Amino acid sequence: MIELSGLTKRYGLKTAVRELTCVIRPGLVTGFLGPNGAGKSTTMRMILGLDRPTAGRALVEGRPYARLIDPLTVVGALLEARSVHPGRTAYHHLLCLAQSNGIPRRRVGEVLDLVGLGAVGTRRPKGFSLGMGQRLGIASALLGDPRILIFDEPVNGLDPEGIHWVRNLIRRLASEGRTVFVSSHLMSEMALTADHLIVIGQGQLLADTSMAGFIEENARSYTRVRSPDREGLLDALTHAGLDAVPSRDPGAEGAWELEGDRTAAVGELAADRRLVLHELGHHRASLEEAFMRLTSQSVEYQAHVGAEEG
Amino acid sequence: MIEATGLTKSYGSKTAVYNLNFRVQPGKVTGFLGPNGAGKSTTMRMILGLDAPTNGSVTIGGHQYHQLPNAPRLVGALLDANAKHGGRSARAHLLCLAQLSGIPARRVDEVLDVVGLTQVARKRSKGFSLGMGQRLGIAAALLGDPQVLLFDEPVNGLDPEGIRWVRELMRRLASEGRTVFVSSHLMSEMAQTADHLIVIGRGQLMADLPVRAFIEQNSTGFARVRTPDGDEAGREKLVRALAEAGGQVLAEPEGTLKVTGVELPRISELAHAADVRLWELSPHHASLEEAYMRMTQGAVDYRSSDDQRSGLQAPPQQVPGGWQQPAGPQGGYAPPPLGGYGAPPPAHAAPPHPPHASHQAAAPYRPEDAR
Amino acid sequence: MSPMSRVLLSEWTKIRTVRATLWTLVSALVVTVALGVLISALLNNTFDDLAREDRLTFDPTFISFSGTQLGQLAMIAFGILVVANEYSTGMIRSSLSAVPVRGRLLVAKLAVATALALAVGMVTAFASFLLGQLALGDHRTDLSEPGVLRAVFGTGLYMGLIALFAMGLTWVLRSPLLSFGVQIPFFFMISNILANVPATEKIGDYLPDQAGSRAMAVVDTGGWPYGPWTGLLIMLAWVAAAVLAGWLVLRHRDA
Repeated sequence: MIELSGLTKRYGLKTAVRELTCVIRPGLVTGFLGPNGAGKSTTMRMILGLDRPTAGRALVEGRPYARLIDPLTVVGALLEARSVHPGRTAYHHLLCLAQSNGIPRRRVGEVLDLVGLGAVGTRRPKGFSLGMGQRLGIASALLGDPRILIFDEPVNGLDPEGIHWVRNLIRRLASEGRTVFVSSHLMSEMALTADHLIVIGQGQLLADTSMAGFIEENARSYTRVRSPDREGLLDALTHAGLDAVPSRDPGAEGAWELEGDRTAAVGELAADRRLVLHELGHHRASLEEAFMRLTSQSVEYQAHVGAEEG
Repeated sequence: MIEATGLTKSYGSKTAVYNLNFRVQPGKVTGFLGPNGAGKSTTMRMILGLDAPTNGSVTIGGHQYHQLPNAPRLVGALLDANAKHGGRSARAHLLCLAQLSGIPARRVDEVLDVVGLTQVARKRSKGFSLGMGQRLGIAAALLGDPQVLLFDEPVNGLDPEGIRWVRELMRRLASEGRTVFVSSHLMSEMAQTADHLIVIGRGQLMADLPVRAFIEQNSTGFARVRTPDGDEAGREKLVRALAEAGGQVLAEPEGTLKVTGVELPRISELAHAADVRLWELSPHHASLEEAYMRMTQGAVDYRSSDDQRSGLQAPPQQVPGGWQQPAGPQGGYAPPPLGGYGAPPPAHAAPPHPPHASHQAAAPYRPEDAR
Repeated sequence: MSPMSRVLLSEWTKIRTVRATLWTLVSALVVTVALGVLISALLNNTFDDLAREDRLTFDPTFISFSGTQLGQLAMIAFGILVVANEYSTGMIRSSLSAVPVRGRLLVAKLAVATALALAVGMVTAFASFLLGQLALGDHRTDLSEPGVLRAVFGTGLYMGLIALFAMGLTWVLRSPLLSFGVQIPFFFMISNILANVPATEKIGDYLPDQAGSRAMAVVDTGGWPYGPWTGLLIMLAWVAAAVLAGWLVLRHRDA
């Protein structure tokens, strides 16, 4: 568990993070979203004790990071960019981290195999691709088999197989009861990975809610219906007092759209009128749309905290 | 238009790209997909005349890159976002490029505005974030207002707003009749951006077809059907009717039915005939990612054992007791199955026999372990 | 193992697994010894051309250490690289995540790197002395002469301490470019200029390298206002100040 209370970071006059209070719970993948410059990286760095908060505090398993004994066995982190000496082999990089936290040497080989770098462990990261560097970062996060994992843009530079693998890894780590805190700019990836979302904008908390709740609150929901008898369908809908507009999505030509979930009403109507349907379904806009809608407001400093989950 | 014929590139005994034949059409966004090391970058470099093909050729509008009369005004490319001059300001960087190819200076300010860097135009790019560097790279590609554009991982480092902006930019460039060739690892982005796909694996062409056809060929879609809540009899009737019509029906936990093998209009007709009301009838297409995975997985078997990717897809194999299995003898690069990684402490507190045992979650290391 | 010995072991692994850093130590040894032997041989051949005064105060021990003038730069480079590479590569984030008790990280890194620098410094000092004396032919001295062994040890200490001084300062400066840009010109030129211009000679005498090099000499040529041990103590004070500054910066600044 990670607890942030009143966490604040100022650089001179600029406030990067302002009174951030939230809890990141175990057993869930918590997505950490926000536009560039919203303060995500600063927050993660403060959790890891790399940056000192101006006010407030970040606790990991109830303690400040610096008070953890063998911190790598409690928290594993993949931070932005590379945090590796390019002239030290992948194996030795992990070995020196392992030794500092009393992690047995054999674990180094294990995590190298785990991330698929087993055969290049004796090579220097100088020649690593961005994806390989990312895998090495993930290996160091997993090194201490920690209960808490922090990943900043984990799929950066990975190819589709790598992305798929990281997604499964992250889900698996959470299902084992670990606390997993992931930042990413890829909304479609987040939609597939995260259970819970913490969204910040301009350093302030905008939302702390479940994924489903977030989309429900911030994204448009509509019913799409299509029939070969396009006019007959519209006639039926209008008579029933349902407002329909033509769909503008490519690939949904000829369909009608209604606000909200009206599938049952439309289904009953079609059956009564014996209309053949080609499609009837309830849709929700994407996480991306929900995110855009929320963060566009953050420009006007309208903080909005979603309902906290029990 | 970009056209590759018999395009081949070998480095010593290693063949990076082998006998590629494809055309990238104008007016479309063409996605260029393939695993890491498949030869995408090499191909892009050959298109831009940075690498010389070992065999075959690649032309832009019928000319090889170095024969183009004024290449920077015909072709724009974003290759490596880090290949910028750190000490120079964004504006000076673009101005240099503009002067090299006789582009007027006011165009520099135009493209800076297009990519949203006007405010930081006079800052040195050393302090740029990955996203800002990417925007600068895109500005450079747009500088000559070219008809042919190449982008390698354009959204790398951008935030959601930037990603959406790039997506719209690509679509707009294509709608203006330009040739847009984009490589990316982000399948969800490609699905929203590209009209056409060129997929390579191990340096060879694997697919060259429209996105929709690609998904249809490499995956199976299904229809989700819901009958009124509580109408068990109606649901049973519909399941029987669908089965008789040759469909496969799978009851889902939420009470909905997953139907394959029957078209959606036919399902509607069957429901009317059986006098069953439908509350949902929605088509579900597999994602581009699924389709891509399925296609490239075929290529995995045929790859040599020293390939990086050759085990990433291995299904998790669980060893009794939850301990991790050693990687196969050839599975050098392959991450071993995650089977036992981090099993909870009580269940495996005393591993019987740990040849490759991963230690347990949450169990503190004993100091003597470290030696 | 105690937390401290774990971090020491980890730092030892860090140092021995980056080749570029180790090469600076090798070059410190080779450059110092080779240059020392060369100058010794040169003086051996031209001894009779020296002024009478110079012949009287001739210090064969000090002459054999002439190579330290250049060799110390490699030692400084070693000190800078050990610390600055953590920052320039981003490794510092990994290191501080693994060892968030910053003082422990600093002490362990300095201890391991200084021990290594001292060991190489000692080997360098003895090799310079022994080979230098061979090259000096008839003008040589040996270890049993008064003050000679002290000077050899002093040279080894000097080499180790100059590396430690560089490390302390680099924790303050962080960037390798900045560290080299500040320290190399200082030790290579400025300190020499200050020490040789009459107006600033007094100040120059108390700079770390000038003070430390007092310990390399056996014969007091009369220029120094203090003895060899005091010289080493003055240098030690500089080193302590540099390390303290480094510690304060590491403790208070964001990584």
